[in-house]
Amino acid sequence: MIRQTTAVFFKDFQSELRTRYAINALVMFVITTLSIILFSIGAERVSPDVLAGMLWVVIFFSAMSGLSRSFVSEEERGTTMTLKLLAQPAIVYFGKLLFNLVLIFSINTLVVILYLLVIPLFVVQTSSIFITTLVLGSIGLASASTIIAAIIAKANSKGTLYPVLSFPILLPLLMTVMNATKLALDGAAFAEAMGEFRVLISYSVVLIAMSWVLFDYVWKD
Amino acid sequence: MKSVHLQLENIRKDFSRRIIFDKIDFSMKNGESVAITGINGSGKSTLVKIIAGLLSPTRGIVTLSVNEKEMKVEQYHNYVGFVAPYIQMYDEFSAYENLGFFARIRGLKFDTGYADDLLQRVLLYDRRNDPVRTYSSGMKQRLKYAFSLLHKPEILILDEPRANLDRQGIATVYAIMEEHKPEGVLILATNDQEDLSLSDKVINLDELKMAKNRNKKHN
Repeated sequence: MIRQTTAVFFKDFQSELRTRYAINALVMFVITTLSIILFSIGAERVSPDVLAGMLWVVIFFSAMSGLSRSFVSEEERGTTMTLKLLAQPAIVYFGKLLFNLVLIFSINTLVVILYLLVIPLFVVQTSSIFITTLVLGSIGLASASTIIAAIIAKANSKGTLYPVLSFPILLPLLMTVMNATKLALDGAAFAEAMGEFRVLISYSVVLIAMSWVLFDYVWKD
Repeated sequence: MKSVHLQLENIRKDFSRRIIFDKIDFSMKNGESVAITGINGSGKSTLVKIIAGLLSPTRGIVTLSVNEKEMKVEQYHNYVGFVAPYIQMYDEFSAYENLGFFARIRGLKFDTGYADDLLQRVLLYDRRNDPVRTYSSGMKQRLKYAFSLLHKPEILILDEPRANLDRQGIATVYAIMEEHKPEGVLILATNDQEDLSLSDKVINLDELKMAKNRNKKHN
C-alpha cells in the first residue's frame, strides 16, 4: 500500500511540475497578499497578535486557492474514473494527502521566509514553538483541505464551495495556531504551548482517521 | 489466466426517479463473451460501469469470484481492463510515462518490455515519448487499450470499442478481442453490428424494457 500511495504522490508531483496547476496560483496569491499587507501596515507599529493572525490569514487563503486542485484537476481532466480503475480509494486518498502535505509545507516555508524578510516587526522569540506550530498547522490544513477537496470536486461551484465548507472545519485549527504563534512571538517557554500542540495533534489525527473512513463514500459514484 | 465467475443478479439502476434498467441477470465464465446493446441512453455504459465496480446498482448484486474466491468491489480493478470514451489518460505525460504511473499505482513492477510490446501492438511505439496532448483522438483511444491490458486482466470491458479508430485501429482491437476471448471474459457495450457478431450472447436493453412493459400490461 505504501508503494502505491507514493506512486499516486509522484504522479501528482510530476503532473504539478509540468502543468503548474496549483503552484502558480499559490505563489501569486502569497506575493499579492504579502504586498497588500506590507502597504497597509506602512510605518504603523502592529502588535504581535495582529501579525500572528495575518500570517495565518495568508496561509489559510493560499491553502484555499491551491490545495483543492489535487481532486479538482482530476475531475476537470476526466481522469477520476481512470484513478478509480487503478487503485483502492484509501490509496488515492493517502497519495493526495501526501501531495497536499508537501505542497502546503513548501508554500508555508515560502510565506514564513517572505514574512520574516518584509515585516521587521515579526520577530520569533521561541523558534521551537513557531516551527512546531507551523508543522502541525500544515498537517491540519492539509488533512482538512484534502477531504473537502474530494467532496467539492464534483460540485459545479467549486470555487465558492471550497472556502465556505473549509471555514467552519478549519476554524478550531486557525484559532489554535494563532494562539501558538502569539506564544512564539511573546517568547513563551515550549511547555506553555503544549496545550495548543495537543489540540493540533488531536485535530489532525481525528480528521485523517475520519477522512480515511469516509473517503470510500465520497470517491464512489 | 485465473478462473473467473461474474454474476449479475436482479440489477437495477435509477438516476433520481428515472429507472435506467431493471432485472438484469446474467453470469459469465472464462471463454465467454457478451455484448450489451440498446439505443442511446438505454444504460449500456451505466451497466458496464456497475460490472467494473465504478458505480453501485440501486438494487441487485454483482458478484465476482476469482479462483472460487469472492472479491470485494474495491478489488475488482485488479481483474478488470476497461476501455471507454469517458476514461482519460494524463495529457501532460507521454504514453510511456502514463503506463509507468499506472503500473506503479496498481502496485506492479513496471515491465518496460511488456509496455513496449503493448505500445507496438496499438501502433504507438514510435510516439511513445510524446505527450498525450499531442495525440489524435484515435491515438488516445489506442493508448486506452494499452492501459486496459497492462495488468493482464481476466475481464475485458470495452464500451464503444471502435470509437475514433481508423481501419487499422479497428483491426488491432478485433485482434485483441479474439486473443482475449478464449480464456478471459469479454464484455462489449456497442451498437455496431460487426461488434455484436463477435460475442456469444447479446443483451438488448431496449428489448428487456419492452418485455417488462408487455408484462405490466398483461398483469
